[in-house]
Amino acid sequence: MVREVAMTLEHYPGMTENSIRKIAEEARSRWQVIDCTVIHRYGDLQPNDQIVLVAVASAHRGDAFAACEFIMDYLKTRAPFWKKEHASGGSRWVEAKSSDDDAAERWRLRQGSTKP
Amino acid sequence: MKVTVRFFASVKEQLGRELEEIEVPAGISTVGGLRAHLRARGGRWAEVLAETRRVTAAVNQDMVKPGAAIKPGDEVAFFPPVTGG
Repeated sequence: MVREVAMTLEHYPGMTENSIRKIAEEARSRWQVIDCTVIHRYGDLQPNDQIVLVAVASAHRGDAFAACEFIMDYLKTRAPFWKKEHASGGSRWVEAKSSDDDAAERWRLRQGSTKP
Repeated sequence: MKVTVRFFASVKEQLGRELEEIEVPAGISTVGGLRAHLRARGGRWAEVLAETRRVTAAVNQDMVKPGAAIKPGDEVAFFPPVTGG
């Protein structure tokens, strides 16, 4: 995942980590997953920086792909992060868009909840 | 009762504050009540925490609805809708 503009990614220390842990546990309860690892950056990010890594191990690739997509959709929409983009004209907080929720909605995650 | 209130992202910036210990007056027992109490400070507080603004709340790091109860020692947070990573 790469971005074209510099940005600052703010998180809620404690809550963000716990919400990612919960979504990984949820993935493990839905699919046959041996283990998974999620790494997510926060703070100041430059264009083209890598931001996120989701690795899922499973005996079945279908389960691995589905669990990975599920976790990634959550991270992109519901995880407690706030983006502030820095362009030449100034900085602005990115507004939440309801269309962003479409991907997570497929997985029937409740809006505004850290819990699946 | 005393609670810790934290603010994040645009809410934090606009209020110019990220953490505050607040003595909550008797009679206020919910997150929505606390938000109204802070709004009553006027100025930026009235603006940023206006009912028309989309502000999300968390109690002890779980996102909650405005009717959620608060108790002494709780960590309450107010922030804009999350935008994901």
